[in-house]
Amino acid sequence: MMACVAARELADGEVVFVGIGLPNLACNLARRTHAPNLVLIYESGAVGATPSRLPVSIGDPALVTGSLMVCGMADVFQLFLQNGRIEVGFLGGAQVDRRGNINTTVIGDYKKPKVRLPGSGGAAEIAIHAQRILIVSKVSPRAFPERVDFLTSPGDRVAKVITDKGVLERDAQSGELVLASLYPGVEVKDVQVGWKLRSRAQLGRVEPPSSIELQLLREVLDPQRLYLGS
Amino acid sequence: MSLEDAVARHVHDGDVVVIEGFTHLISFAAGHEIIRQRRRELTLCRLTPDLIYDQMIAAGCAKKLVFSWAGNPGVGSLHAFRRAVEGGTLELEEYSHFGMVARFSAGAARLPFWTLRDYAGTDLPKANPRIKSVTCPYTGEALATVPALNPDVTIIHAQRADAQGNAQIWGLLGVQKEAAFASTRVIVVIEELVDERVIRSDPNRTLIPAAIVTAVVVEPWGAHPSYAQGYYDRDNDFYVGWEKISRDKGELAHYLDECVYGVKSRAEYMQQQPRLMERLKAGEQRCVGVNYGF
Repeated sequence: MMACVAARELADGEVVFVGIGLPNLACNLARRTHAPNLVLIYESGAVGATPSRLPVSIGDPALVTGSLMVCGMADVFQLFLQNGRIEVGFLGGAQVDRRGNINTTVIGDYKKPKVRLPGSGGAAEIAIHAQRILIVSKVSPRAFPERVDFLTSPGDRVAKVITDKGVLERDAQSGELVLASLYPGVEVKDVQVGWKLRSRAQLGRVEPPSSIELQLLREVLDPQRLYLGS
Repeated sequence: MSLEDAVARHVHDGDVVVIEGFTHLISFAAGHEIIRQRRRELTLCRLTPDLIYDQMIAAGCAKKLVFSWAGNPGVGSLHAFRRAVEGGTLELEEYSHFGMVARFSAGAARLPFWTLRDYAGTDLPKANPRIKSVTCPYTGEALATVPALNPDVTIIHAQRADAQGNAQIWGLLGVQKEAAFASTRVIVVIEELVDERVIRSDPNRTLIPAAIVTAVVVEPWGAHPSYAQGYYDRDNDFYVGWEKISRDKGELAHYLDECVYGVKSRAEYMQQQPRLMERLKAGEQRCVGVNYGF
């Protein structure tokens, strides 16, 4: 469901900076459905990638074969990202807060962490330079605190947060995340976060995955269930 | 030169060591040799420490880690790294990918620092005081800065090179060129030794020129479980399996005993796993030829 909703957020022809995990699946689903001209750029340097298998990592050899360009990472960050050429950036995170800030660095204190997470990778600069940020993350009060323990990637450019219950949007006026739409069978009370979550006046209902989307996801894109649950 | 000799001569206790390669062309063979020769107090630098630095941290080679993303890509955590950090036994200096790339770029250009539009609103400069800022003398804009990174030794795995070390790489290029030019010494480990004529027939593909190379080592399959485009695929099963091995200190020690200390060389490591070649050998996907004539 999350992969379908994320895929539907992408318009044909857009230039997308693809992250690891579910975004990878979403971008490849979009490319095979409504957005065949989506330009996938991976931080590993593959530009215009058309992977013939679902890449396990963002450095998979299948990203290179048949891509439009392969460049070094200095070029990816300077000539594409800092240059302003990326329209959509996908991010995930262990924590997402009220203002859409993301933490992928530590839970607890930086010097004495309770849990050491991987760190920024390219996330800090993607959040700063991509024109529109989409976050993909399962929602819970623990994962969505009032404030992140460590601010890895600022939330200023976050447009939407695609969760497993519904979609949150960043309200332009208040700058905080609000509930915008729900998945089939989900009610407002099922979406629990670490602050008092406001809802849009008109709550949307997300269409369930179509049979085509499901078939592509299960049989073509991720038959081994690398990213999809069973 | 053998990898054993190259590491013995050019990697010393206390060195700042870079084994680069973004997912692609990571010299596991060199990392294993450094572990076997029991180098200590190393400052290990890489964008993504990956399994190789997880192994080197577990083996006690590292004093400090300079990095930007420490996970097992698509799988989960690097558990030896996490144990060391959560136990306070490993010093960290942390950037983002762009910050690390910029550090190598400054080092390669022999500049003291590099400017980038980054880090505004993040907690990274608080965690790492070496991330600073400068005011642009032309526009007045505040820009982030990171210091140059000039390693003592950088180890690069390449698909092919000539005997002098003119090394050609295709597929993902990572930050290898910058890291090599930034380094005092450069060890190039290759899949295949080719005649200088082969290099000269396609000069655009040369990433690292012999002029900056200290040692050339031929070591087929030297990047496994990472990969070499056109030679062998990434061993994703190994990466997935590492989760279980690295989670348990005993299992990790057993792995090192068997597959690192228990073999003398990469050739022996490959003999240990006879089905590997068949499983991972790359298929054919040739490019259309280019006319370099004039």
